[in-house]
Amino acid sequence: MRRALRWLMAVCVVVATSTAAYAADLRPLVQALGSGGYSGTEKALAQLSEAGDPAAVPVIEALQAGDLYVRKSDGTVVVARKSGDAFTLTDPLTRAALGDAPAAAVEKIRINNSLRRAISASLGALTLMSPDAGVRRSAADAVFKSRDASALETLSAAIAKEQDKGVRAAMEQARAAILLTGEAASKMTDADIQAATDTLTARGDRDALVLLNMVAGSGASDVTKKLAAAAVSTLEQKLAFWAALQNLWYGLSLGSVLLLAAIGLAVTFGVMGVINMAHGEMVMIGAYTTFLVQEFFRAHAPGLFDLSILVALPAAFLVSGGVGIIIERSVIRWLYGRPLETLLATWGLSLALQQAVRSIFGPTNREVGAPSWMSGAFELGGLTITYGRLWIVIFAFAVFAALLVALKRTWFGLSIRAVTQNRPMANAMGIRTARVDALTFGLGSGIAGLAGVALSQIDNVSPNLGQGYILDSFMVVVFGGVGNLWGTLVGALTLGSMNKFLEPYAGAVLGKILVLIFIILFIQRRPRGLFALKGRAVEA
Amino acid sequence: MLLRFFLMGLDRKAGIVLTILAILAVAVPVMTLWVPADSPFHLSVFTVSLLGKYLCFALLALALDLVWGYCGILSLGHAAFFAIGGYAMGMYLMRQIGPRGVYGNPVLPDFMVFLNWKELPWYWWGFDQFWFAAVMVLVVPGALAFAFGWFAFRSRVTGVYLSIITQALTFALLLAFFRNDMGFGGNNGLTDFKDILGYDIQADTTRVALFVATVAALALSYMIASGVIASKLGKVLVALRDAESRVRFMGYDTESYKLFAWTLSACMAGVAGALYVPQVGIINPSEFAPASSIEAVIWVAVGGRGTLAGAILGAVLVNMGKSYFTGALPELWLFALGGLFVAVTLFLPKGLLGLGAQLKAKLPGRKASPLSNAQPADQKGA
Amino acid sequence: MRTKQLTASFGISALAGLAMGAMASFAMPAQAADDTIKVGILHSLSGTMAISETTLKDVMLMLIDEQNKKGGLLGKKLEPVVVDPASNWPLFAEKARELISKDKVSAVFGCWTSVSRKSVLPVFEELNNILFYPVQYEGEESSRNVFYTGAAPNQQAIPAVDYLMSKEKVQRWVLAGTDYVYPRTTNKILEAYLKSKGVKPEDIMINYTPFGHSDWQSIVADIKKFGSAGKKTAVVSTINGDANVPFYKELGNQGVKAQDIPVVAFSVGEEELAGIDTKPLLGHLAAWNYFQSVETPANTDFIKSWKAYTKNDKRVTNDPMEAHYIGFNMWVKAVEAAGTTEPDKVIDAMVGVAVPNLTGGYSAMLPNHHITKPVLIGEVQENGQFDVVSKTSGLVPGDEWSDYLPDSKDLIADWRKPMSCGNFNVKTGKCGGKGS
Repeated sequence: MRRALRWLMAVCVVVATSTAAYAADLRPLVQALGSGGYSGTEKALAQLSEAGDPAAVPVIEALQAGDLYVRKSDGTVVVARKSGDAFTLTDPLTRAALGDAPAAAVEKIRINNSLRRAISASLGALTLMSPDAGVRRSAADAVFKSRDASALETLSAAIAKEQDKGVRAAMEQARAAILLTGEAASKMTDADIQAATDTLTARGDRDALVLLNMVAGSGASDVTKKLAAAAVSTLEQKLAFWAALQNLWYGLSLGSVLLLAAIGLAVTFGVMGVINMAHGEMVMIGAYTTFLVQEFFRAHAPGLFDLSILVALPAAFLVSGGVGIIIERSVIRWLYGRPLETLLATWGLSLALQQAVRSIFGPTNREVGAPSWMSGAFELGGLTITYGRLWIVIFAFAVFAALLVALKRTWFGLSIRAVTQNRPMANAMGIRTARVDALTFGLGSGIAGLAGVALSQIDNVSPNLGQGYILDSFMVVVFGGVGNLWGTLVGALTLGSMNKFLEPYAGAVLGKILVLIFIILFIQRRPRGLFALKGRAVEA
Repeated sequence: MLLRFFLMGLDRKAGIVLTILAILAVAVPVMTLWVPADSPFHLSVFTVSLLGKYLCFALLALALDLVWGYCGILSLGHAAFFAIGGYAMGMYLMRQIGPRGVYGNPVLPDFMVFLNWKELPWYWWGFDQFWFAAVMVLVVPGALAFAFGWFAFRSRVTGVYLSIITQALTFALLLAFFRNDMGFGGNNGLTDFKDILGYDIQADTTRVALFVATVAALALSYMIASGVIASKLGKVLVALRDAESRVRFMGYDTESYKLFAWTLSACMAGVAGALYVPQVGIINPSEFAPASSIEAVIWVAVGGRGTLAGAILGAVLVNMGKSYFTGALPELWLFALGGLFVAVTLFLPKGLLGLGAQLKAKLPGRKASPLSNAQPADQKGA
Repeated sequence: MRTKQLTASFGISALAGLAMGAMASFAMPAQAADDTIKVGILHSLSGTMAISETTLKDVMLMLIDEQNKKGGLLGKKLEPVVVDPASNWPLFAEKARELISKDKVSAVFGCWTSVSRKSVLPVFEELNNILFYPVQYEGEESSRNVFYTGAAPNQQAIPAVDYLMSKEKVQRWVLAGTDYVYPRTTNKILEAYLKSKGVKPEDIMINYTPFGHSDWQSIVADIKKFGSAGKKTAVVSTINGDANVPFYKELGNQGVKAQDIPVVAFSVGEEELAGIDTKPLLGHLAAWNYFQSVETPANTDFIKSWKAYTKNDKRVTNDPMEAHYIGFNMWVKAVEAAGTTEPDKVIDAMVGVAVPNLTGGYSAMLPNHHITKPVLIGEVQENGQFDVVSKTSGLVPGDEWSDYLPDSKDLIADWRKPMSCGNFNVKTGKCGGKGS
């Protein structure tokens, strides 16, 4: 036991002395980070990364995270982390504790965009040899972006040693980038240039295109330029193909947003015949419910924040549905058979609801965060698909399917259809029509609330949220054919993809105008929408 | 012939409406221009332009009531015709500014100068003449309505489908007019007017004259509308509102009847817009907003659909309420307005003008009088 | 039939009488108490603009409250009159008229967006009152009755572009904006400016979107595409309020990093960022004349009293609020100097008045009714605040007539006597624009 302890101590001493040795070399450079403003920091950073010492990595990471401060009393550069009102200081190199200091006693070393770029470049160069493959990969990407010629040697060594195929490809791309854009290009043989451009073409994304364009337009030799230009055109063709697919995806994604917004209306307006101008406000209430749920999670369970959306879904459904039921019981039920008056009353309600939300939550936007599984994007071939949009597409279809099942396969759905098709007869058959009415309106409103949860991820959470979607929702329902859920689905997807298809050619504004004109003309051809209800009910 | 047409529509109600308008036309100028400012009977110019604005809205409501109340066409896009009429007048007023604009360009309006336009686009030609603008006020909304109605009625687009495509129409126009490339001043619209027919637009007398013109237009439109309704044509309109297929089967060309009323109504709305613009001093695409068309429908409903006089009353009262509450209860007025709409639909299904009949029906011991044949049937619905 | 008509007519005449009565009471000027000075606040509290304008109403109430605690003005208390123009432009004109002729206010603080200002402008000129307009705008205007305390294009747009050119070495520009007059004009000015700096036309992409645009997928993809031509690219955004949140959310999701394609915005402040998770937006820029993060004693006090006034620790401050702060203090000073609230005298006393701004300097009212301001460039931080990365060395005077537009470069405004002109042409030596 004692021996073990002694051994441990010895190790500690060795480690401490070795870091101390490093620290001695880096100390003035680290110290220089704290002076001379942005340019001073940048200069010191360049020297720090030139030194090529991995011991600098934690310092640079602290700088990136905004944890590097200057102690005002003696100008020492320290790492400071907030604890309560004060800061806990540590030495950036030795990590020795330096005690606490009040906020006024330290000054942050601020960074701007060009420093941020420099930081990721030097971190890239310094971590190419890291034992962690993920770190090496992002280091290679960083070097690819910075094209820092001084990293070339390390890069070559790293490539020689690299076992992981993917990481090696990334490193080779980075090397090709440095070779083509740097001074080395003039000394390269044609075959080497060819190989480098091929490597970049194989990468096949926009970043590669940026580089190749740069080479083609630069002062490089004619051969290089020609090769780069050829690579650019290959790449552009490929990207144009993916751009078309991407546009299709945008159409699908916009369509699914429209579907979500409209599907609740397809119930209250399509099935029940209530011209529900307060539909948008139900969406808004759903979004605000999400905000409240997230606030609760932020305050009480920040660790579970990623689950907040999942909790918000049932909550929004219940809150919006509840408000819907209250509205139905207090106002709408007196107005059945007088659809135009429902327009008036629900318009009044929508004004009041907007103002109510404005009074309670204030007129400004509220922040609804994205859980980690909904942020960011991934590449699928040449497509960039954002997780948020992907989930919304999936969610929209799931809601649609669930609603379809509920209406077609359940007792409740059967009652809804019975009541809307023939109220007196349904009543005679023992269906409690009043209750079914309330529940149907509640269902439609609740689905609008679900839409609110999804829309809170991509749009403003403000009292005006609903206003932006109400007209589009009506267009979708009417275009698809009132009273037909499939019509709403097809309508939403058609209008969404049409909008996205027109946008690149006509611009956003004109595209939207054209879609509206298309709707007007389409209704002339099919006065009852895409999927018209057939039978006598139509003329009623 | 024409006289007979007008006289035909003159029932007692019309008499009262016209009398009130006549009183307004006489009393307001006197109270504004000749009664001394310290007298309790003095009306400020501010009030006159407010009243003028309300009456423009009343004219829009009247036009809407003609198609909604009597033909069963619920237009949720009537503000579009109003705004187009307004733009036609605004273009005339813009051209009247001449070299007094900030850049001093004698031909081009200021917004064209700072967007670097070199010459006047063709659709601005002729608007320096008042007569041309006045004709356009009627022709452009009328033509648009005719084209739209020709297609829609022939395809038998009815009910809520028609309502929604009128919304699509006004929304498309809203977006189009927002575009600065359209040459109508984009979001800023047309503003900073100086003269109308050579008179200073800000002078008290001009304002009063505009007010009197509005009253006259409203009275004339009222007479035309009630004349149309009292005529045989009006009977057909009411009939096709209540049962379109039956009228069609009787051999009437229902589309033409509807188209006539629809176009006439759009022209009236255009006139309302044209009178509105010089009185408020600005026309901007937000007049095309779908919400403004819906608001117009609400005025008619509040006053009483299918009564003409009710439309006027509703428009004036709702807008007066809006003016008052936005000043008195700036934070709460939407509750008041929203509550009013809910209350009217729940408790006054026939609007304010139906209140009398409603009360009478409730009185015990008296047989409820059948509601006026001018009251719309509900089952037709949307 | 007869009875029915009778009832109807009775109803009409009764209501009409009521209406006339109500109108008459409308017309009666509210009895202005002589011991107060009324200040009009003309900001939308409902409708689309409420999101931005409500805050300004609150800040005005706070400033008036504070002035009253200091003893008021000219020995009288200030009394705020709040109205709601409801984001409706004709209603702006109506409410302005109501404030001036019915409530008899001495000055009005209000409006947001040029269309609201253009709508009320004739009213203020006709009734000769004072308007303080606190928002950045496109310039190309100078009225005797309006004081523009927000930034003119040369106090925001041009310094921002200069910064990107010199510090970020940007060579390719996307000018993205909402399709209305401010972005149109600003982009025209910027285009002319960039071309004068040698930027080629093919390196400028201009894109306009409608108000409240919420689906930015294609446009962000276009920006990425435009940015892949091998030259450093930046986006200059004049996108209006509401559309910004979905725009930034899309930028974040599609991974447009500030290190690669920085976005500099002229309409995005602390208030707009309050609705977004700013972590993915780290380093994107905004150009303003004020940021909440500026550390000066005046600003610290201002933020403290704002939070206390709103009883909300999370409320942020922004640039138009500072503009009202400056404008209000200038008006107070001018009224004290003139010894009266009479608009003509106050207007004359305004020019030359200098008051401290919140960024540690003085702002002065120029003869063209614009003010001098410092220009700050800030980078978005993770906490929704901006970190100032650049500040002009001196104050920049507001230039109402841009030097980069062919039709306005010869114009100047000077409201001092004897010139007293908003569009004086230095070439022809005459007041009244370019002439023919």
